[in-house]
Amino acid sequence: MSPLLTYGVAGAVLIAIGLYALIVRRHLLRKIVALNVIGNGVFLTLVAAAPRLGTPDPVPHAMVLTGIVVAVSATAFALALAVRVRDATGAAVLPPPGDDVAGGPGH
Amino acid sequence: MDAAGSLTLGIIDGLIALAIIALAFGATAMRDLFAGVVLFIAMGLFMALAWVRLDAPDLALAEAGIGAGLAGALLLAAVRRLAGPAHPEGIGDDEQP
Amino acid sequence: MSNPEGTAPVLLRGLAALLAAALGAAIAWALVTLPPSSGLRDAVAAQIPASGVAHPVTAVLLNFRGYDTLLEVAVLLLALIATWSLRLARPPAGRNSPGLVLQDLVRLLVPLLIVLAGYLLWLGAHAPGGAFQAGALLAGAGVLLTLVEGRPLGPLAPAVLRGLAALGVAVFLAVALLVMGGGRLLEYPRGQAGLLILLIEAASTVSIGLALAYLFRGDEPAPPEHRR
Repeated sequence: MSPLLTYGVAGAVLIAIGLYALIVRRHLLRKIVALNVIGNGVFLTLVAAAPRLGTPDPVPHAMVLTGIVVAVSATAFALALAVRVRDATGAAVLPPPGDDVAGGPGH
Repeated sequence: MDAAGSLTLGIIDGLIALAIIALAFGATAMRDLFAGVVLFIAMGLFMALAWVRLDAPDLALAEAGIGAGLAGALLLAAVRRLAGPAHPEGIGDDEQP
Repeated sequence: MSNPEGTAPVLLRGLAALLAAALGAAIAWALVTLPPSSGLRDAVAAQIPASGVAHPVTAVLLNFRGYDTLLEVAVLLLALIATWSLRLARPPAGRNSPGLVLQDLVRLLVPLLIVLAGYLLWLGAHAPGGAFQAGALLAGAGVLLTLVEGRPLGPLAPAVLRGLAALGVAVFLAVALLVMGGGRLLEYPRGQAGLLILLIEAASTVSIGLALAYLFRGDEPAPPEHRR
């Protein structure tokens, strides 16, 4: 298998792992890590599709570079939100659907 | 490149890809949050290797610095904050440095 | 722990696994059946001499797709503003003050990181490098300083720090608007493209490093009336 195919399929597997973890895990921090894993999987798949013949196509590289920075920015903000959720509700998990958030500000 | 060399590289690629997948699974499945974050950072470093194998040196630099390093630092700081006391109103003005 | 409120229902896990596996398989199949093509590589290579830089990725980032990069730097600034608005506490300090090894390490590493960042910034024009890699190094230096001293960048006034954080977006936007003589955003004049790109990258490096370091720290610089 060419390196492209190996890493591209690995990227697809990462997307699957991340999606499963995002849905199933309860803790917010684990959900954020799962989102990052999905992101990394997407980056791998994108770049693995880039060098089709000879030298690589620079456009997916630039897009993934942008993607890495945006992913870290979003992660930073998401982590801040998770900490504030913990401050407001006592645990870093999303409340079950249908329940009111007990003790949160503004309730 | 001779056949033995490309076979070796193929094996290395397979090992790196397997490591990335295993670390990703570990990062999302570990009971201990801190261990999960450490595995995530390791996954980022292996991804930097993958970028090198995919002829993307800019991505390797950026992944090692931002994707593994800085995202890892942010996650570790968050694990620390979550383990500490809650500040329901945000930091008070008297706690400013 | 992954399930602080009890076991996630087996049905949910099964459905999630099925969905994830289906999505992963679909993407892998799409990748395997992609027809070979050289993509945009040749189109980019044809325009490199006119772009002002010699490295194709930098040319795409700062010239051909410069608008995306402008938005990206703005997103980073936005994340910083949003995180500051949440008023987090700083990462809690350990029981011991930073040890001697860490302090000496910081004393050695921070100047080295700054020099390396400047080098990578300059290198981005003709080799792998550029604003984001250099900014990452500066952010690393900022994180080290935060661990040792509590703040990434010395006793500067908060207004100066905010100005520096916004500098990347400000310079990028200013250049984008000022070269709009031909009617289109970010259309660099032919001879000066390289210089303008370097200017934008330099400002962005400082902003990216500062923003990432302050995102690590969590809280914003203290307003002046509380600094005594």
